[in-house]
Amino acid sequence: MVHFTPLSAAVGGILIGLAASILWLVNGRIAGISNIAGGIYPIRRGDELWRIVFLVALPVGAWLGYWIGPAVFAEVPRELPHITLTPLWLVGAGLLVGVGTRVGRGCTSGHGICGLARLSLRSLVAVVTFMVAAIIVVFIVRHVV
Amino acid sequence: MARSYSSPAALVSAAVSGVLFGIGLSVAQMTHPEKIWNFLDLAAIPSGGWDPSLAFVMGGGLVVAFFGLRLNRWLGWSQPAAGPSFVVTHRTKVDTSLVVGSAIFGIGWGLSGFCPGPAIADLGLVPQDAWLFVVAMVVGSWIAGGFLEWSERAPAPPLQETTRA
Repeated sequence: MVHFTPLSAAVGGILIGLAASILWLVNGRIAGISNIAGGIYPIRRGDELWRIVFLVALPVGAWLGYWIGPAVFAEVPRELPHITLTPLWLVGAGLLVGVGTRVGRGCTSGHGICGLARLSLRSLVAVVTFMVAAIIVVFIVRHVV
Repeated sequence: MARSYSSPAALVSAAVSGVLFGIGLSVAQMTHPEKIWNFLDLAAIPSGGWDPSLAFVMGGGLVVAFFGLRLNRWLGWSQPAAGPSFVVTHRTKVDTSLVVGSAIFGIGWGLSGFCPGPAIADLGLVPQDAWLFVVAMVVGSWIAGGFLEWSERAPAPPLQETTRA
């Protein structure tokens, strides 16, 4: 069942862009989630608490969005994400995402939104690389295996 | 009051930003791995089963961030409103670790449909499923961070601060 939801997607993206703009203009920090989470270690004094506050606020916002989305957009169903993967699969993929974003210094938000918005060549290369890798993996999992 | 990244004003801003970010991910259904897979599955284009929604999320985010991340320069701000300074990477070169790391990330993203933002956001929706991924992700990042630090044989690097006028 595939639903193309352009309106809610664009509005959601605009909210993410607003969030990144606020964090930059008020805090002076880039809204890259892998950096915000990964940067908790190694510990730097005075650079910890804002990360934790942001990371707690993120799922609170997601919960609010679960109610706001379907109330505003007819195209958004009120349903929770279906996670069908086995625990081992989740742990393996989580490790890859954690290691990869640390070594590549960014993820879909840091490189994909903030880096591209700053017209960074590094971020463009990163985005193309992780997009191509993910597309290949999904092709293999869905159509080959 | 001394400026700090963890001053009360900065913490309020971080909370507002985090909530907005979470609402955005959730409204756009980027919290659903199925939605991510349906974007990454380009082979579904001929059958009409492809879901380009993710591109609209990135587009919307990019347009706003393009202006938001420049506004300080246009306004001539030497400092952010609450934090001590604008922190941005000093790196400009495309290097091996950027490409290798991003490829590893892409593999994990494709396998799970989770990138870091949606995974942490899902702690508010399906914590019983998301926590395993998030713990593994954070452990992976911290191990890699520790290894990178060790391989560079340097103590924790100071914040890369660039004050943009």
